Amino acid sequence: MKVLEVEGLHKSFPIRGGLLQREIGRVRAVQDVSFSIERGETLALVGESGCGKTTVSRCILRALPPTSGAIRFSPQDGTVVDLAPLSRRALRPLRRHIQMIFQDPYSSLNPRMLVGDIVAEPLAVNGVGSVEREARVRALLDLVGLPQSARTRFPHAFSGGQRQRIGIARALALDPRLVVADEPVSALDVSVQAQIINLLLDLQDRLGLSMLFVAHDLGVVRHVSDRVAVMYVGRIVEIAPTRSLYSRPRHPYTEALLAAVPKPDPELRDQAAAPRGEVADPANPPPGCAFHPRCPFAVDLCRTEVPKLRETTTGHMSACHRAEELTLTGVA
Amino acid sequence: MVESMGRHVLSVRDLAVEFGGDRGTLRALDGVSLDLHAGRVLGVVGESGCGKSVTARAILGILDRAGKVTGGQVLLDPGTSSQQDLVALDPNSQTMRGVRGGRIGLIFQEPMTALSVHYTVGNQIVEAIRAHRELSKADARNRAIELLGEVGIPRPESRVDAYPFQLSGGLRQRVGIAMALAADPQILIADEPTTALDVTTQAQVLALLRRLQRDKGIALMLITHDMGVIAQMADDVAVMYLGRIAEFSPVRDLFARPRHPYTRALLRSVPSIRAEPRDRLATIGGTVPHPGARPSGCAFHPRCPEVIAGRCDQSAPRPVPPLEAGAACFLNEGAA
Repeated sequence: MKVLEVEGLHKSFPIRGGLLQREIGRVRAVQDVSFSIERGETLALVGESGCGKTTVSRCILRALPPTSGAIRFSPQDGTVVDLAPLSRRALRPLRRHIQMIFQDPYSSLNPRMLVGDIVAEPLAVNGVGSVEREARVRALLDLVGLPQSARTRFPHAFSGGQRQRIGIARALALDPRLVVADEPVSALDVSVQAQIINLLLDLQDRLGLSMLFVAHDLGVVRHVSDRVAVMYVGRIVEIAPTRSLYSRPRHPYTEALLAAVPKPDPELRDQAAAPRGEVADPANPPPGCAFHPRCPFAVDLCRTEVPKLRETTTGHMSACHRAEELTLTGVA
Repeated sequence: MVESMGRHVLSVRDLAVEFGGDRGTLRALDGVSLDLHAGRVLGVVGESGCGKSVTARAILGILDRAGKVTGGQVLLDPGTSSQQDLVALDPNSQTMRGVRGGRIGLIFQEPMTALSVHYTVGNQIVEAIRAHRELSKADARNRAIELLGEVGIPRPESRVDAYPFQLSGGLRQRVGIAMALAADPQILIADEPTTALDVTTQAQVLALLRRLQRDKGIALMLITHDMGVIAQMADDVAVMYLGRIAEFSPVRDLFARPRHPYTRALLRSVPSIRAEPRDRLATIGGTVPHPGARPSGCAFHPRCPEVIAGRCDQSAPRPVPPLEAGAACFLNEGAA
């Protein structure tokens, strides 16, 4: 059963200039993005800065109004609502069902509130009584591995990893149907990052969490996600089950991303290969496939026609004109 | 491991740094010894607060106002007639200014730290060149264009007149590298040079750094938190923890036979692009303690899976002797 189904999502921002700040163009930050998340599934959205992954997540949270497209969300079994056209007022009762885990555990917690109150806040806002709230906060702290004594302390008394646990407890307070996590471990030290990744894995198992996991670290993504969508200059170029995407990528950009990751193995030295050139400017993307100026496999068709995202093998979609004929290299 | 080392260009000995504050002094570095050799890359790796950036700043005499070198030496050209202890020099002296940017180039994580927004890329490189070499403005400009070309900036003759904000992050870091190379230094210190970059840009910048380092025989000190970057770039590796060197090893040994329990734990906790989906990671219990709350004995003992009770919490293990591979750990000192 689908918790979320995004279809044909577009988001563009005006570019303003001149004396009167008139609109002189548009940046198409997200173009024709479609994907869905099943109940209990974690879908990762990966890509380099400016690829539109954060814009997609902000549209889903309706922190940004989409330009067009549908964002069908199921707040409970048997109900589906399109979030895209809803007014603020109509969104309000739905907000509790989609919660967010932020990147920076330092700026996302109110420094003047006790940890117990931070975790209880979403409960209070949604009218949960104080007795029940108290019990729920205790259970949540246990769930994320924080001591009960944390309730009466302020966030500054905690390390980055513990603060991220506080943020996770708050996000889970209302039993959300969908959690959107934007780079939740990228600000943490390696040893602490591993603890939080394991916590997220435990929570997936115990609570059957459905999660949209926005990240740039392909190692982290491999551990936590069931499926991965790769974005490049506003579009999804490949989407597939995690193992399939890593072992047998079907888009040259995915291959390039995997090849560029510095492997923690000195025996694999000098094998890292970087694609030539730079990420295209989303305000002025190249015609055809946006990756073509950097792609070693580009042919004439790639320079003129935008490739469609289509199924190449079961469950594995690619937006490359040559997806079927190329044999690309992944990682074992 | 000393067999194929290049010329010994820098020696850090027993370096200690303290930061003064309202709540007393913090010991950020506690007896760090490191060596740089021409043509070799020393990787310095560790988590936040381990002192890797403080080491770089102390070498260059650019510690924050609250920081102070309280012991040790930083010897430039050690063992030669021109040997100089940089710690003994006034950080603002003419000599130290000549060393910084002249003998030792510096690359920051965010190139905008090193670049001014008000001047063109070319003017800044010209200034850096002329601070250390006697060249006419026109010659320095030509040299700047040459440098921009060397670091792989397309159309350097027009980019030389660009302002930093007109360049992408990757190009800015290339300009940062060109600036660092302006005076042809034999030593480069790069502090997390690719951390702010995307993965494909990172691969390009690392490849560039390695090519320049090899071609010019530069001694590179590469500071990073990323074990992948270490594996790809370093010849020798110093693993730091809470202001001390936990382990010093040639890079292959470090990954094949890590000597310190902290190194072992750190390597196991790195997420891998080869993992099975939903694979758990090995973790290190607890978190890195605040330098102000340094545990007794071996600072890693409260988190160490191989802790020897009554020993590791009581006394500190011997530091790794300079120029030798080893670990500051009782397990490596043999039964005593």
